[in-house]
Amino acid sequence: MPSVRVLVGTRKGAFIFHSDEERKRWDIQGPLFGGWEIYHMKGSPLNPNRIYASQSGGWFGQVVQRSDDGGETWEAVSNEFLYDEGPKEHKYYDGSSKPWKFVRVWHFEPSIHDPETVYAGVEDAAIFVSRDGGKSWKELAALRNFGTGQEWAPGAGGLCLHTILQDPRNPDRLFVAISSVGAFRTDDGGRTWKTITKGLHSDYLPDPDAEGGHCVHNMALHPSRPDVLFMQKHWDVMRTDNAGDLWYEISNNLPTDFGFPIAVHAHEPDTIYVVPITSDALHYPPEGKLRVYRSRNGGQHWEALGNGLPQENCYVNVLRDAMAVDQLESCGIYFGTTGGHVFVSPDGGDTWQAIAENLPSVLSVEVQTLP
Amino acid sequence: MKIRIELPFHLRNLAQTGREVEVEVAAPVSLERVLDALEERYPVLRGNIRNHHDKKRRELVRFFACEEDISNDDPSLKLPAAVQAGKEPLIILGAIAGG
Repeated sequence: MPSVRVLVGTRKGAFIFHSDEERKRWDIQGPLFGGWEIYHMKGSPLNPNRIYASQSGGWFGQVVQRSDDGGETWEAVSNEFLYDEGPKEHKYYDGSSKPWKFVRVWHFEPSIHDPETVYAGVEDAAIFVSRDGGKSWKELAALRNFGTGQEWAPGAGGLCLHTILQDPRNPDRLFVAISSVGAFRTDDGGRTWKTITKGLHSDYLPDPDAEGGHCVHNMALHPSRPDVLFMQKHWDVMRTDNAGDLWYEISNNLPTDFGFPIAVHAHEPDTIYVVPITSDALHYPPEGKLRVYRSRNGGQHWEALGNGLPQENCYVNVLRDAMAVDQLESCGIYFGTTGGHVFVSPDGGDTWQAIAENLPSVLSVEVQTLP
Repeated sequence: MKIRIELPFHLRNLAQTGREVEVEVAAPVSLERVLDALEERYPVLRGNIRNHHDKKRRELVRFFACEEDISNDDPSLKLPAAVQAGKEPLIILGAIAGG
């Protein structure tokens, strides 16, 4: 009987939730790594018992934890992220230049092609790869090197590479996104990169149509159609049908197109989910009502989903890596809030229930579907 | 010489050990040699007290010995005699920072 395992990273530790395919009763494991910030946890699609966790903190830095038994036990693997040759400095908020410095891992992306390969998106922005399950890391340095790295500048959360997407047809193709820099694609395993920001428009830039400086918050794709990407930008929900060569806006009837995460239904490539947030100045939902918005036609029209979610006095945020979908026949949608809720919808967003309500602020949510 | 080291909560959890550990360090007993020995015995602590590449102390990690803050001292200098003799621990702690 299939089941799900939900991996939740918070500001004060990690939690793992288990349920059967009904997704009504949940067992909770945790806190793991109590007191540490868990920016992200993600399992290998090829070996679901292999899970990576990014454990970090301002005092003692980065720890990379790896489990090979589905989260029962953990082993620290390498936390040595040494930048390769490349620009020595990037821009800082005040216009000065600042040396590149490793701060933390924001996102792990285990390979869909090789069980021992995992990618790490880090702050200050770079992508690293491990071919030995996290025992050693090497930067795919061409990303910082191909021309614009010295001009990159951080968003409010830091200069972070937070999104890594893989193409199931082609192990050499990756998409990445960086705040507040933009999005990039490699078609040769990271040897060369291309900026993919054409069509993005950001009014907070002196040239709103500039190639660089766009604050991409998150991107998602459906594995059956990997040339179609969806993006939640600082403002604007965007879509490309040609692997990022050209983007167009699909915000349409959303109440606000500011937000952080974006996700695609497991079985319907044109069904997408966002969580509209009032504005960049007001990081909480409009009208104090927590609503996920779903489009079933690739972004042409959006519907509000709030059945079971707080509909009054709710002023939480949902961060970029804090929404995920499972692969069960009735696709489950999951998200966590900065107020410590984790919600699940076992029916594609129609109804919601809380799995947990009083966790530390949720940084990330991932889900594994187990046979 | 057996050197006593007191670890803060998070590092002792990482190393899966108690509040205080002992490491063997040959003379001259300096801070950097003690930290080398500590990281050799507990590799999981590499990168969490000092940077990997330049061995600089992480900003919010402090070192105390014999009621003195030695965090900014030259790490190649000898530690106080009481620490070398095992009478006093080298204390590693997270700086008070926050509200």
